[in-house]
Amino acid sequence: MNSPEVFKGKCRKITEGKVEGEAVVTKDYVNFYLVDPERGTIIEEGHDLEGKKIADKILVFPGDKGSSVVQLDGLYQLAMKNNKPKALVAGELSTVLVSNAIIMEIPLVCDVDEKFYEIIKNGDHIAIDTEEGTISIRAGAC
Amino acid sequence: MDLNQKEKDMLKGKYGVGVANAMKILVGIGDAFYAERMVEVSRVHISLSNQEGDLWFANKLVEEGARCCKIATVNPAFNKEYFENVCTFTEQELKVFEDTMSAYRKIGVVPTFQCTPYFVNNVPGFKEIVAFAATGASCFVNSVCGARTNRESSQSALCSAVTGLTPLYGFLLDENRKADTLVEVEAEVKEDFDYQLLGYCLPKKIYTGVPVFHGLSHRPSSEALMNLSTQLNVHGVIPMFHVVGVTPEAATLEDALQGEKPKRKVSITKADLDEARKTLSHGEGKIDFVVMGCPHLTIQQIKDIAAMLEGKKLKSELWIFTSCLNKELSKRMGLADIIEGAGGRIVEDSCVDQPIWAHLEGKKGLTESPKCAYYVSRRKMKLIVRSIPDCVNAAIKGEVN
Repeated sequence: MNSPEVFKGKCRKITEGKVEGEAVVTKDYVNFYLVDPERGTIIEEGHDLEGKKIADKILVFPGDKGSSVVQLDGLYQLAMKNNKPKALVAGELSTVLVSNAIIMEIPLVCDVDEKFYEIIKNGDHIAIDTEEGTISIRAGAC
Repeated sequence: MDLNQKEKDMLKGKYGVGVANAMKILVGIGDAFYAERMVEVSRVHISLSNQEGDLWFANKLVEEGARCCKIATVNPAFNKEYFENVCTFTEQELKVFEDTMSAYRKIGVVPTFQCTPYFVNNVPGFKEIVAFAATGASCFVNSVCGARTNRESSQSALCSAVTGLTPLYGFLLDENRKADTLVEVEAEVKEDFDYQLLGYCLPKKIYTGVPVFHGLSHRPSSEALMNLSTQLNVHGVIPMFHVVGVTPEAATLEDALQGEKPKRKVSITKADLDEARKTLSHGEGKIDFVVMGCPHLTIQQIKDIAAMLEGKKLKSELWIFTSCLNKELSKRMGLADIIEGAGGRIVEDSCVDQPIWAHLEGKKGLTESPKCAYYVSRRKMKLIVRSIPDCVNAAIKGEVN
């Protein structure tokens, strides 16, 4: 856990939280309805996280997709199985994503420095502090 | 956000815990999108879903004492009285259904159970500020009615129904409503079904944005605009569009662009539509069913179907989903007799994507809607997308060419 910090930058708080955890990174938009609540995995066919776990991870993703109601159910089912993501780092916001993060009490940040996206990769250790408005990476610490 | 005294009181709990929590969500959304203040909404549409997450949130607000202070219509779940004679529900499915009905009744929605409120009994006017959830409905009222709504989640819309407010941001502001993408329609787009294909095609080229359609050779019907609003939001995020000479903020192309240059230009060619048709419509042979009405069919569409069915007997099942008003009208007009006389069914208050298809698992059929095919295929049914006349002919013959 003591590997060096390779990045520290600013982020914008949407919902609050001070969390640390393992990054799971995708270039694809995420539909939180297309998840397996029991395993906490993405099940959308052809998604670059298909079969990968988001439960208890910090999800770094471009944004959400899907209709106006189903994604809350996906996040609710994940929460019931203690398989919610630990935090969300979004490229862009939608009303659906913001309202779901508030309702399901998941820390959500956006507007992260470009440099973060150049460095971040799966398995990196991320720390987010929304009060400070900071996000940092320790390479390969998890 | 800058809240007035009453809004601050709402947030602090003076009007009850439910109102305070609804305000907290709306303020959170407002802050996220840099809204300066709240504005009043005149009407709301909620995409009730008959799912556990939806039920949990509605129940929470009910138990906290929240009640709708604005007219709020709702999407369909399923018509229990009708489907009890068709299929068997699990105890869990029935419980979620009953509890959903009870929660929404208590919170005080208008129980319309239809997904095309803009044709029936929740019709906003030009520049009217509303909160519409259901992606197709919010796109339609923004684009075709010229009303002002963001692409609400079902829950944010419910919060607006309870508080009467929404944050002022996004598509409520004129400058965000200008077209950013010029879509030159080179293909012939004429029939209502062509708009299903157009709505399917465009998001392959632009995932999100505000397109302006230019070059359409024929004026789209109400049904065509309904199809377009719906399908654009299955694989894309298109909160509003313009059609030059048709939609209210696009008297001219310059109006739609608000005098600026478009950020992007794309074209829709015959090859694009042919490709969509190939992907969605391919398949032939014997069929077991036809399911139509995603979104709910209009009285015009039901009338056209009945005209094709007069004196005919169907070889496959045929299901028509529509609003309770259209069901009643189709009875009064004698259309329901013709459809049911041929062996078809016309159901009100129901969505196609509900646990009502156990008897069709593993079977093959037709639908008029790419959205229906996308969602209902999760229920282990194989769906081919064709125009309404093709669907009806296939149901008569029991096969598709």
